[in-house]
Amino acid sequence: MSATLTPLASDEFQAPGLGLFDWPPLVEGAAWFNKPALYAFIGGLLVIAFAFAAFAKPKLVPRGVQNVGELAYEFVREQIARPNLGKDSDRWMPLLFTMFLFVWIMNLFGSVIFVQFPVMSRIGYPAILSIGVWLMVMYLGMKNQGPIKFFTNVMFPPGLPGWIYVLVAPIELISTFFLRHITHAVRLFATMMAGHLIVALFSEVGWHFLVVKLTPLGAPLGVLGVLMTLLLTAFELFIQALQAYVFALLTAMFINDALHPAH
Amino acid sequence: MNLLAAEEATNPLLPDVAEMVIGGFSFLVVLFLVGRMLVPRLQKTLAERTEAIEGGIKKAEDAQAEAQRTLEEYKAKLSEARHEAARMREEAREQAAQIKTELREEAQAEARRLVEAAHAQIEADRQQAFTQLRGEIGRLATELAGRIVGESLEDQTRQSRIVDRFLDELESADGAAVR
Repeated sequence: MSATLTPLASDEFQAPGLGLFDWPPLVEGAAWFNKPALYAFIGGLLVIAFAFAAFAKPKLVPRGVQNVGELAYEFVREQIARPNLGKDSDRWMPLLFTMFLFVWIMNLFGSVIFVQFPVMSRIGYPAILSIGVWLMVMYLGMKNQGPIKFFTNVMFPPGLPGWIYVLVAPIELISTFFLRHITHAVRLFATMMAGHLIVALFSEVGWHFLVVKLTPLGAPLGVLGVLMTLLLTAFELFIQALQAYVFALLTAMFINDALHPAH
Repeated sequence: MNLLAAEEATNPLLPDVAEMVIGGFSFLVVLFLVGRMLVPRLQKTLAERTEAIEGGIKKAEDAQAEAQRTLEEYKAKLSEARHEAARMREEAREQAAQIKTELREEAQAEARRLVEAAHAQIEADRQQAFTQLRGEIGRLATELAGRIVGESLEDQTRQSRIVDRFLDELESADGAAVR
């Protein structure tokens, strides 16, 4: 549809659509190497650089970056790992800490000026993370609870009247072993995508009505667009951190469910 | 407006394989470097810190206990020393009292001895004087009497008998006065 509407675009306001998330290759010939891919690498490097600056030579009495790093580490440990994993926390902290920082920086790119694209709004990135978590959880569950018990423990929770298992078993099977892992990825992807879309919409409003086509009637709308952009960017900053937290939190929860049978 | 130009409406829910490879690779690299290398270092440091703090607290507690023990030891020693001092004072006082009594007794004995010696001396002197006087008085009296009576009392025995009798009379008359 864009092909027919493009000539009008400079004249008439057109809300940004899903095209926001399609990126041409940065280098001709390498189709895979687009803007999100570049940011996926840069984000990884930033996490590595930060962790290196903080923990390369950790001191007993922390100074500078190590303080910040420990703050992040302790946040992940106290808020994500310990509530779910208890005394297993320290063993899983490397994964959870890395995951939290990795997802957060990828989200954060959405609000960094000139970068302005949350990598996690491309489904492939959260998908590979949740697939990794799913594989790991399956392995851990079968190893710790037995290859069949792992499934039956979830599908047949004790203390229910017999006939209800006909309903519970398939629901539990699908939701616990598949759906919640799919929503794990989709939740992150969708919030990032929606957030990016809505910030883009309001900034487009501002741009269109204040710069492209400045009219007395349109100007207040443009101002509103700019104000909303500012407000929503602040909100996005919160959502980005929150979603990184939720992603790591769910990972911790899944790991715990695999390690210890649910009750 | 290149945002709109690229729009080809691919299904955003279908993951792109290239993205998954890139994302997976990037995450694994980070996981290896951060999770495998750096976080364990931090964990080690945190454990060491906990240990250091706990060790510090333990050390402080030990030091305090040691100080308490020493203090009690000193207190015990001090009170012992006080007792000892009190005991010695008491002993010294007793000794002083004893010495005083002894000295007093000695002095009294000495005084008594002196008085007795003096008495004895006086008695001896008196006796001597008495004997001397007795002879002298006898001779004088005899001489006097001879002169008065005109009768020579040369005869020794008679003379002495007379004198004795005279003196006896004299003694019995005013013996108290002589003493």
